[in-house]
Amino acid sequence: MGMNLRAKLIVIISVAAIFFNFSEVFGIERFPPPDFEPGTYTMPTPTKPPARAYYWEFIDMFLLVAVLSLASYFALRLRSRRHLFWLTLFSIFYFGFIRQGCVCPIGSIQNVTLALFNNNYAVPVSVMFFFLMPLVFTLFFGRTFCAAVCPLGAIQDIVVWKPIKIKPWIENALRIIPFVYLGLAVLFAATGSAFLICEYDPFISFYRLGGSVNMLMLGGIFLLVGMFVGRPYCRFFCPYGAILSLLSRISKWNVYLTGEDCVRCQICDVACPYGAIATPTPESQQPEKTPVNIGNVLALTLITVVVVVAGAAGGGKLSVAFSKMNRTVSLAERIAAEESGKFKDQTDETKAFRQKGGSIDELYSEALKVRDRFAFGGAIFGGFVGLVIGLKLMGALFATQRSIYEPDRASCVACGRCYAYCPKEIIRVRNLQKLVQKK
Amino acid sequence: MAEDKQNDISNRRQFIWSGLRGAALFVFGAVTTLLGLQSRKERTVWQIDPNKCIACSKCATECVLTPSAVKCVNYFPMCGYCDLCTGYFEPNPNALNTAAENQVCPTGAIIRRALEDPYFEYKIDENLCIGCGKCVVGCVLFGNGSFFLQVRHDRCVNCNECSIAVVCPADAFVRVPASSPYLFKTREGSAS
Repeated sequence: MGMNLRAKLIVIISVAAIFFNFSEVFGIERFPPPDFEPGTYTMPTPTKPPARAYYWEFIDMFLLVAVLSLASYFALRLRSRRHLFWLTLFSIFYFGFIRQGCVCPIGSIQNVTLALFNNNYAVPVSVMFFFLMPLVFTLFFGRTFCAAVCPLGAIQDIVVWKPIKIKPWIENALRIIPFVYLGLAVLFAATGSAFLICEYDPFISFYRLGGSVNMLMLGGIFLLVGMFVGRPYCRFFCPYGAILSLLSRISKWNVYLTGEDCVRCQICDVACPYGAIATPTPESQQPEKTPVNIGNVLALTLITVVVVVAGAAGGGKLSVAFSKMNRTVSLAERIAAEESGKFKDQTDETKAFRQKGGSIDELYSEALKVRDRFAFGGAIFGGFVGLVIGLKLMGALFATQRSIYEPDRASCVACGRCYAYCPKEIIRVRNLQKLVQKK
Repeated sequence: MAEDKQNDISNRRQFIWSGLRGAALFVFGAVTTLLGLQSRKERTVWQIDPNKCIACSKCATECVLTPSAVKCVNYFPMCGYCDLCTGYFEPNPNALNTAAENQVCPTGAIIRRALEDPYFEYKIDENLCIGCGKCVVGCVLFGNGSFFLQVRHDRCVNCNECSIAVVCPADAFVRVPASSPYLFKTREGSAS
């Protein structure tokens, strides 16, 4: 009887030991490390190769300002496409292949957003710098960042081959997408769910010479399309470009052809691969013909308000679907489904969660919190999209009256192609050369 | 007269624009100050917390680099130098030797070397290691857990959004300061 009890005890203890070992799998020394005879064996130390040295950040920041300054100088002062082209190649080489594109100003939107909404994350100085500098430069010089600094723009700029003209109304409609993308990226970054812009960056796999097949293919498609539709990513997707286009509207200087001397030859419009030349207001839309109708204005304002409200409501509805992108929410949903017996098998995620012995109730309340944030953020996102659409419509009604062809401040990326085509510009350059020769 | 009006409009526009520019600059400054007040400002890099990692093998396939920047590390002070290393050998190996059919590692990246009887040293050849973590599973389950996965910073390109972190089922990927970029296990069982 006594023996039996002891046997039982041994079984219980060993079962408990096994259980203990499995639940607390780390840091258990089941086999005590040997004590080697002194001098017989030197234990190798695992190496810790350091991360990219700190001073590289300063080199990156310095080069960013240098290339931005050069691009602005080449585009606005020297007015030279050739210089911009070589600078573009440099950006592809350095910001693309050497620096491998990360963190780029486009992606940094998300780092800044995350830091604004999450106190546990702080933006590193260099990332903040990469976010701000192009914005400040655009405020003064227009989108010279897009011209020759951004590695994503650069790779698209050099593949332009036979660009087609897109009908203005299509172009205008497509230009809403970057704002929607920007709104989504901010929503997902603010809720700590995903960095959408980085996940769907089509060109980064080229610069890294590797990556998922899907992304490589997406990049290939963008470049192929880019041969016939100039800079498709910049114009119709880039969320940073959306911000820059707003700032560029109020920039102090910008790409400027001849102003009132314009002979309306349209050659700049033909030369621009990006549909960024604003054309003169057609005769039928001159203010004398269609005076601003107060009724139209009221109707449009009303439509805008309705669209904003509808957008907010729709965004709130979509938020449940959006929130599935969040890891906490998707884990909680899966755990709930497993608990209710809907799924018999566990995923890696739920296995890891259960192995760590996390509290399911805590997970649920955490997920609900995230979902609340999505409900609020989704409504704001929807309202924002509505506002963008409303303002686009307003913009169509109150288009600036112009009698000449000139680069559109918002969409011009300062690539400098039009300079060589404008007859007035050619005359100006020739006169300058004569002046120099006389001296 | 018409020209005057044009000039007026132009001047007014210039005035509004410079006002807006000032406002934009003010917002930039405000955001920078706000974010600058937060404490940690050093650049961060990605690392695996070995105490969270479940060695699911996604590191081998999800990294933008091929082979992955994640490699196995053997922390020797924790290693038992076992003859039957469960991180090195398949369950029920034919024999305790270096024949490929006995090894867990799909690329033969673990170098087994006999020391004084009965001990064996297990070293990782990082050029062969693909970061699948098969050895980590065996070592953690039946051994001391001295094998664990780490992001190797001589290879990692430090993507803004690490594509392994996106799919890591255990949420083991964390941002760590670039000046101390590793989370090694210690003999006390904590990561440092």
